[in-house]
Amino acid sequence: MVIDKVKKLNEIETKPHKNTKASDMLVGKWVKCDKCKEIIYKEELHNNYSVCPNCGKHFRLSSRRRIKQIADEGTFKEIAGDIITKDPLKFEGYLKKVDILKEKTKLDEAVKCGTCEIEGQKAVIAVMDGNFLMGSMGSAVGERITIAIETAIQQKLPLVIFSVSGGARMQEGIVSLMQMAKTSAAIAKLNEAGLLYISVLTDPTTGGVTASFASLGDIILAEPEALIGFAGPRVIEQTINQRLPKDFQKAEFLLEHGFIDKIVERKDMKHMISTLIKFHTPTPKSEVKK
Amino acid sequence: MKTAWEKVQIARKIDRPKSSDYINAIFNDFIELHGDRNYGDDKSIIAGIAYLDEIPVTIIGEQKGKNAKENITRNFGMPEPEGYRKALRLMKQAEKFNRPIITFIDTPGAFPGIGAEERGQGEAIARNIMEMSNLKVPIICVVIGEGSSGGALAIGVGDKIVMLENAIYSILSPEGFASILYKDASKSKIAASEMKITANDLKKLELIDEIIKEPKEGITQKFEEITSELKKYIKTNIKDLQKLDTEMLLVKRYEKFRKIY
Repeated sequence: MVIDKVKKLNEIETKPHKNTKASDMLVGKWVKCDKCKEIIYKEELHNNYSVCPNCGKHFRLSSRRRIKQIADEGTFKEIAGDIITKDPLKFEGYLKKVDILKEKTKLDEAVKCGTCEIEGQKAVIAVMDGNFLMGSMGSAVGERITIAIETAIQQKLPLVIFSVSGGARMQEGIVSLMQMAKTSAAIAKLNEAGLLYISVLTDPTTGGVTASFASLGDIILAEPEALIGFAGPRVIEQTINQRLPKDFQKAEFLLEHGFIDKIVERKDMKHMISTLIKFHTPTPKSEVKK
Repeated sequence: MKTAWEKVQIARKIDRPKSSDYINAIFNDFIELHGDRNYGDDKSIIAGIAYLDEIPVTIIGEQKGKNAKENITRNFGMPEPEGYRKALRLMKQAEKFNRPIITFIDTPGAFPGIGAEERGQGEAIARNIMEMSNLKVPIICVVIGEGSSGGALAIGVGDKIVMLENAIYSILSPEGFASILYKDASKSKIAASEMKITANDLKKLELIDEIIKEPKEGITQKFEEITSELKKYIKTNIKDLQKLDTEMLLVKRYEKFRKIY
């Protein structure tokens, strides 16, 4: 198997997939790239799509900045923003934690959805945000994404979802698990309507999000070196009691194994998406056929 | 009244009846069908065709072992992607031949391993969930023991979802939950009760349709009691669901999950 070869070729990391904290980006004018260790001037990083100008490492993006990079200026109109966090387990401290996070991140949940134009082409987009409880999917995230999918169906628009997620949200228990079914069922409806769904996987996309809508795109794109998988690397290591190969569960690994269509650098993402949408815009001829 | 943690222990008991026991007790002429036509045959999922009295049906069941040796063959009931793909292949076949589908859920979760990730565990689960939401035949899902995480949901999207009284259905194991949220795996008992994983909890949350009572003497002692109860439930509901036209069947199934917020 390929993996055995990879295992032999690569030195084994002691701590695989060390996460870059978003907070790396928040203090001071300088930031250290945790891949090449280069000290980068923050503004330079920002102007370079938050990609390290030295080694090409893609830093994590907030939903706000992602939308700015993808949507044409002034075209994003939020939908489902009134869908708020629920607490079905009455889990101690959960809503309090959410309130503190809201204050700190200026976000109201782990996904932002809306309609927008991408190089002039209308689309529905949903952008997850890792700064809000690791982008985990609870009932509000599931509901917002489902509304986004249904909006695409109603308005006959293509759908683009940017995923970043630690998986289903633990604090909402089984109700979070059921969001996987809700969102995936909505994707089935989108498919029946013959509409395009582009799923973009960013670092990291794992668990219940990988095991639902994120893996169901007509076209699945990923950012370079994004961690993508179902089970987290630590869980796998503990279960099988062996260390994991270096590039295990990276976007490149998924491409190699046939689970994504293309790895796209951030600077090219907007144009790639708009090109794909254009490709799938019905011509008068195909409308007649329908 | 048993605590959630006691139910976790009961649900996991090695001598608790497994999917194969329910299949043998409830259905006739079961023929097991193997393989996903792509990679292999996952023995943690058994699947095939059988008669429910006079009705031909397709059955999918997550299968744990009844002893240590069988558990190794069955991978402790933790499916790999090919298990879910076998299930999907046979559910599609059921749709083609207009056979209702019955699934038995009993798993600690989808297997977290290198091979499982290489072969797309996430994709396999996602596809099953999506396809099941739209299959044009009645689907009844029965949680008989441990229903844990996406590994359970991957065969758990249906028109009727029922749980045995002492079965559990959860986002992940109470041990995993405790280690993530309490940073202490030994707090699993507390986690079990906080997580709302019992049949009663799920009924209250309106996530399941029915609880099948277990005999007071114990499920192994009076197994025929619960299987006849379950058979009655499955048969009545299949007949009712077969009366719906396909469009209505699918609208109702969509609504069932759509309303969960």
